[in-house]
Amino acid sequence: MALTKEQIAQRIAKELKDGYYVNLGIGIPTLVANYIPEGIKVILQSENGLLGMGPFPVAGKESADLINAGKQTITTLPGSSIFDSAMSFGMIRAGKVNLTVLGAMEVSENGDIASWKIPGKMVKGMGGAMDLVASAKNIIVAMMHTNRQGESKLLPACTLPLTGIKCIKKIVTELAVLEVTENGFKLLERAPGVTTEEIISKTAGKLIVEREIPEMQF
Amino acid sequence: MNKIYKNADEAVADIKDGAVLMLGGFGLCGIPENCIAALVKSGPKNLTCISNNAGVDDFGIGLLLQQKQLKKMIASYVGENAEFERQLLSGELEVELIPQGTLATRCMASGYGMPAIYTPAGVGTEVAVGKESRIFNDKEYLLEYAFDADFAIVKAWRGDADGNLVYKDTARNFNPLMAMAGKITIAEVEELVPSGEIDPNQVHTPGIYVHRIFQGKNYEKRIEQLTLTK
Repeated sequence: MALTKEQIAQRIAKELKDGYYVNLGIGIPTLVANYIPEGIKVILQSENGLLGMGPFPVAGKESADLINAGKQTITTLPGSSIFDSAMSFGMIRAGKVNLTVLGAMEVSENGDIASWKIPGKMVKGMGGAMDLVASAKNIIVAMMHTNRQGESKLLPACTLPLTGIKCIKKIVTELAVLEVTENGFKLLERAPGVTTEEIISKTAGKLIVEREIPEMQF
Repeated sequence: MNKIYKNADEAVADIKDGAVLMLGGFGLCGIPENCIAALVKSGPKNLTCISNNAGVDDFGIGLLLQQKQLKKMIASYVGENAEFERQLLSGELEVELIPQGTLATRCMASGYGMPAIYTPAGVGTEVAVGKESRIFNDKEYLLEYAFDADFAIVKAWRGDADGNLVYKDTARNFNPLMAMAGKITIAEVEELVPSGEIDPNQVHTPGIYVHRIFQGKNYEKRIEQLTLTK
């Protein structure tokens, strides 16, 4: 069975370590916050200027002055801090943020990512994604393995305008966990019940399958 | 010295056609609502607007777009605005999309008196086209220039007669950076207090950067994405 979006988030959450500062993008990445393993402390960074992002407020406690980068109302936590946008990207650029999780439209076998523009169709802008992918040490992409037309999003080379080059380290899709290596995508894990053959058939870029591929554990 | 203006109309009265403006805020959070409304009323055209976002159709910078007052928009993210997209696709509006950190740092550079900065954001992408780059420690960086804005228009939570500003929560965002970067900086505040009322240790923007300040009124403070824990 292919994973749900919640399960993709749940699998990514297993990559979190105690003391990590983490930036979660919009969409599936945001859901990762719901699965932070017990017993570890992870501090969420929101690039509009907050470290220590808390859960959404309960009704009546919302404030127009307190939002995340997705413009959703949020809360602070004990130990939170607030700063301006230059400092926010300063800490990202300086490599202080340990892990970035973001969505993508395409990832290439050398770790390039395209996520911000479909020429002639979608012009929304890159927001903070280009800054994040250019500087983060550890970047995980959370996305579906194929697009709505059923075409692979894991490609030999991206076809859409790039967000960043040679920066993606790991990809978690509804079918698989893959690592980006010097020789292409390396299959690490498959979703429960999904065959290696299905993953091979849905991966257009070079895929390395070195051994018997284990199923993901939750 | 008097920095206190009566209201937004008075503070923006000399903003003329063709001016380059910085407008603080992230989405609709921390935007200078009063000054935007005053600009819609006073009606300068062919404005260049530097702001992280372009508002929504009926609020924020979207109000200036409706009146076709903008010639050019410099932003990092412009979703959520149908009129913006229409003007962009029809060619009425010139748009420069730049990475958010680059936008923030180009404001910062301006306020710190630095002509340019190097950033890795956009290397290898269409953002890098035509830009100088340089390798430091085996990594490529793009040369990005400080902004040159005629007016910076910001919103703060509290301000005093000396122009010192304090922001609230994530309504801080681009406001302190832009406040430092304007040739003339206009600050609207939710609460204007006498000189000495703000603890010097708590000042986010020192008054030296602020030329005009006024007590704002009738803040709507619209929430773009109300999201609650059930």
